[in-house]
Amino acid sequence: MTSTACFIIVSRNDIPIYEAEVGSAAKREDAAQLHQFVLHAALDIVQDLAWTTSAMFLKAIDRFNDLVVSVYVTAGHTRFMLLHDSRNEDGIKSFFQEVHELYIKILLNPLYLPGSRITSSHFDTKVRALARKYL
Amino acid sequence: MIGTGKIKQYANVLDKPLGKGKQEVSLSAFAFLFSELVQYNQTQVDNISELETRLEDAGYAVGARVLELLCHRDKGNRRETRLLGILSFVHSTVWKVLFGKVADSLEKGTEHEDEYMISEKELLVNRFISIPKDMGTFHCGAFVAGIVKGVLENVGFPAVVTAHFVPVEGQQRPRTTILIKFAEEVLRREARLG
Repeated sequence: MTSTACFIIVSRNDIPIYEAEVGSAAKREDAAQLHQFVLHAALDIVQDLAWTTSAMFLKAIDRFNDLVVSVYVTAGHTRFMLLHDSRNEDGIKSFFQEVHELYIKILLNPLYLPGSRITSSHFDTKVRALARKYL
Repeated sequence: MIGTGKIKQYANVLDKPLGKGKQEVSLSAFAFLFSELVQYNQTQVDNISELETRLEDAGYAVGARVLELLCHRDKGNRRETRLLGILSFVHSTVWKVLFGKVADSLEKGTEHEDEYMISEKELLVNRFISIPKDMGTFHCGAFVAGIVKGVLENVGFPAVVTAHFVPVEGQQRPRTTILIKFAEEVLRREARLG
């Protein structure tokens, strides 16, 4: 079962600090840029929606063709955004929660500047493994 | 071999579980560390306000991390979106985790709409510190003010946070007040959310 999915982490200041194409479908160059564009366009919607609820998981907030954008907002207003074509909400929620734990561990590093790019290759490996597991 | 107990060694910090963390940390260790922090910064700056700024920045980094960690660990992944909610979060949860007790009091300022005060009889960080007369209004609680600022700013409630000594009649040592002055946009958003 092939699925397209693009996952980015956007900091509080609207700067992407991590990006990954995690779908199992074949990757195309133009598709990757289109995915990022759609995710950035959805940021406005997230901003308004984030203040209306105290939950962290914001489910599907935007659509593009047959792709859906789901968002998870952390306490520090760091947004985990996923562009995907599947309908597996519980899997996506678990994926976000696990990535949230990983993100907190990265954040606790006193030498990590909050809002800067996450460059740890171990983090990248773990996120891709989680994506394969839950998505 | 001595030392090969049942403790599992993790290759990378990302594999280690977050866990509940240490409930207690040695006060003397912290006091030494904090005094070194203050002394080191004293050699780097020329005046008192710069020193306070540096302490505040150090606290800001702590605040940003404490916010994420506590919301995840103690609040079951619920975010705070309202002013009173975040203030009581700082006043109880953050204080309890950092200093072992909730803050003494949380008051709303009488003169201005956007001012709130968290008061404490004696800040933990000031326990072993005495300010020489020639340093005037310097307050090591700038570190704690920085922590509060870090929490508030990352939650989306930007504020100017400062620490002040407030003399109390009948007591020799003055009380400490953390004054929180919220930015315009916070009040506007609060009014909009109703």
